[in-house]
Amino acid sequence: MSTTLYVQLLDLLCGGILLAAVLVLWRRELASMVNLLALQGALLAGLAGLLAARERSLELAGVAAGVLVLKVVVLPVVLRRALVRSTEAREAEPLVNVAASMLSAALLTLLAYAVSRPLVTLAPSPTTRALPVGLAVVLLGFFMLVTRRRALSQVVGFLLLDNGIATTAFLATSGVPLIVELGVSLDVLLAVLVLQVLTARMRTAFGGTDLDGLRELRDS
Amino acid sequence: MTAPDGGLVLLAPLAAPLLAAALAALLGWRPLVAWASVGAAAVILTSGIAASVATTGGPALTTAGGQLRADALSSVMLLVIGSVALIATWAGVSYVDDELTRGHTTAIGARRYAIMVPLFLATMVLAVLADSLGVLWAAVEATTVVTAFLVGHRRTRGALEATWKYVMICSVGIALAYLGTVLVYFAARNAGIDGAGTLDWTQLVTHADQLDPGVMRIAFALLVLGFGAKAGLVPLHSWLPDAHSQAPAPVSALMSGVLLSVAVYALLRYRIIAVASLDPSYVRGLLLTVALASLVLAASLLLAQRDYKRLLAYSSIEHMGLVALGAAAGTRLAIAALLLHVLGHGLGKAVLFCASGQILALEGSTRIDGVTGLLVRRPALAGTFALGLGALLGLPPFALFASTLGIARATSAAGLGWALAVAVVPLLVIFVAIVSRTAPMILGAPATTAPTVVRSPGASRALAPLVLGLVALAVIGVLGWPLQDLLRAAGDVVGSP
Repeated sequence: MSTTLYVQLLDLLCGGILLAAVLVLWRRELASMVNLLALQGALLAGLAGLLAARERSLELAGVAAGVLVLKVVVLPVVLRRALVRSTEAREAEPLVNVAASMLSAALLTLLAYAVSRPLVTLAPSPTTRALPVGLAVVLLGFFMLVTRRRALSQVVGFLLLDNGIATTAFLATSGVPLIVELGVSLDVLLAVLVLQVLTARMRTAFGGTDLDGLRELRDS
Repeated sequence: MTAPDGGLVLLAPLAAPLLAAALAALLGWRPLVAWASVGAAAVILTSGIAASVATTGGPALTTAGGQLRADALSSVMLLVIGSVALIATWAGVSYVDDELTRGHTTAIGARRYAIMVPLFLATMVLAVLADSLGVLWAAVEATTVVTAFLVGHRRTRGALEATWKYVMICSVGIALAYLGTVLVYFAARNAGIDGAGTLDWTQLVTHADQLDPGVMRIAFALLVLGFGAKAGLVPLHSWLPDAHSQAPAPVSALMSGVLLSVAVYALLRYRIIAVASLDPSYVRGLLLTVALASLVLAASLLLAQRDYKRLLAYSSIEHMGLVALGAAAGTRLAIAALLLHVLGHGLGKAVLFCASGQILALEGSTRIDGVTGLLVRRPALAGTFALGLGALLGLPPFALFASTLGIARATSAAGLGWALAVAVVPLLVIFVAIVSRTAPMILGAPATTAPTVVRSPGASRALAPLVLGLVALAVIGVLGWPLQDLLRAAGDVVGSP
C-alpha cells in the first residue's frame, strides 16, 4: 500500500470516528444513537484492519475482526434489546441543549489537540498525528456521561469513551498486547451487560430510567 | 540469574477461590460451599505467608513464564487480601444463613453471593500477582463487574441506585486508567522496550528513566484519576459511601478493606515508574492534592453523619487519603508505614463492617439515632464494635496507631511538614466527629421502644471472626512482629531512596 493512500484512508477513518461521536451527541433518539455507535465501531474495526494491512500483522487482523464482532454486532444488539423493552425512545430534556453541546464538542476537540501535543512530538508520523481524534472522542464521551439523564444514554456515553480509548490505542501503538486487549473487551462487554440488567431492574423499581430519580442515598 | 519458581505459592491463591466459586455454582448455598470460600481465604493467607517468607530478603517468585510474580510488595498485599477475606468470609457464613432465615434473600441470591465472593477474591489476587500492568488493569476492572451484583444484593431501590453509581463511576474511572496504561505503553514502545513484555512492571522499572516525560505526565495524571476512583479518592469518590452502605456487610468489609488498597497498590507500582521518568515534584504534587482533598472531604461529611455504615465508608476515604499522603512522601519508610496502615485499616474495617451488619440485623436501621445503649443490650457486640472503632481511630495498642505515626514521621522527614500540618486539621475533626457520633450508639440508656433482644444461638459464633481480627490488630500493633522485615523489603521495592 502506498503511503499516500494509507494516510488518506487513515484520515478518512479517523474523521469518520470523530464525526460519529459528534453526531451521537447531536441526536436525541436513543435508537439512532445506537446506530451511530455501531457505525463508529465499524470505522474502528476498519482502522484496526488498515493498520493490520500496513504492518502485515495477522494478530492485528484478528483484533480487527474481534472489534467488528463486538462493537458492530454484540454491543448494539444488547443495547437495542434494552431499548425495545422500554417506552423511552428519546432522551429526556438534556441538561445542556443541542447548540451548547455542539459548541462544547468543538471546544473539547480543541482541548484534545492541545493536550496531546507531547504525544505527537514524541513520535511524529501520520498515524500519531491523528491521535488527538482518539482523545477528542474520549472527552466527548465524558461530556455525554455528565450531561445526559437517561440510563441508556449514559451507557452510550461510556461506550463512546471506550471507543475513544480504543482509537487512541490503535493510533499510538497499533493496539495493546493481545492478552490485555482480550481482557479489555471482555470487561467492557460484561460491564455493558451488567448495566443492561440494571436498567431493566430500574424500570421495574422506578417506573423509568430517568437518573434524576436516583436520589435516595444522601448524607443527612 | 533466574528467579526461583514460585509455582504452587502463586497458583494456589488463584485456583482455590476459583474452585470455591465453581463449587458454589454447582451446589448453591450450603455449609460445605460457605466453608469452601473460608478455606479459599485461608489458602490465600497461607500463600501470602509463604510468599512473605520467601521474598523477605530473597528474590521475587515467578511462575507461568514470568506472567505471575510476587515480590515483597505483592506478598504484603496477599497477606492483606487473605486476612481480611478470612474474617469477611467467615462472618459471611452466619450472615447469609441469617438473611435466608429472615427471608431477606432467596436461594438464588445466596448462590450468586457464594459464586461472586470467591471470584472477587480471585480477581484481586490476580491484580497483585500480575507482572503485566495491562493484566493488573484488567483484573481491577473485573472486580467492578463481579461486585456489581453483590452491591445490589438486596434489590431495594437504594441498592439499585448504589449499584448504578458504582458501576458507572468505577467503569469510567478505570477506563481513564486504561487510557493511562495505553500511554505508558506508547512511551515504552518509543523508548525501545519491545516485545511481549513491554507492559511488564519489571521491564518498565528498569527502563523508567528512558520514558518520555511529556507522555508520562499525562499518563500518570490519568492513572491517579482512574485508580483513584477505585481507591475512593477525590474526585471520583462519590460511589463509595453509597456502595459501602448498601452492600451486604461482608462485601462492604472486602470492598473497604481490600479493594481500595488493591487500587492503591496499582498506584504504588506506577508511582515508582513515574518518579524515575518525570519530575518527582509533579508526582508528589498530584498525590498530595488528592490526599489532602480526600481528607478534607471526609472530615466535612463525617461531621453531621447520621448513618453508621456511611460513617464507616467516609472513614475509608479518610484512611485512603492518609495512605495517599504516605505515597506522596514515597520514601522507603513511608511505603512501609502505609502498607502497615493498609493492613491495619483492612482488618479494622472488616471487623467494623461485619459488626455493623449484626447491629443492622438487630436494630433494622442504619441510622445512628436509631441505635442506643448497645452496651447494655448486647455487650459482646457493642464491645467488639467499640474496640474496632478504637482501632480505626488509631488508638494504641492497635496497628493503626503505629502506622499513622509512621506515616506522619515519614512525611515530615520527606520535607512535607506543611502538608502534614494541613492534614492534621481534618484528622482531628474526624476523630472528634466519629467519637461524638458513635458514643451514644454504644453508651447511653437503651430506648424504651428498642426491640427486645432475642439472643440467637449463633450470636457468639458470629463474633468469633471479629474477635480474631481485633486480636491480630493488637498483636501487630504491639509487637510489629512478624512484619517489620517484610514491610522494609516492600519499602525497598517501590520506595524512593
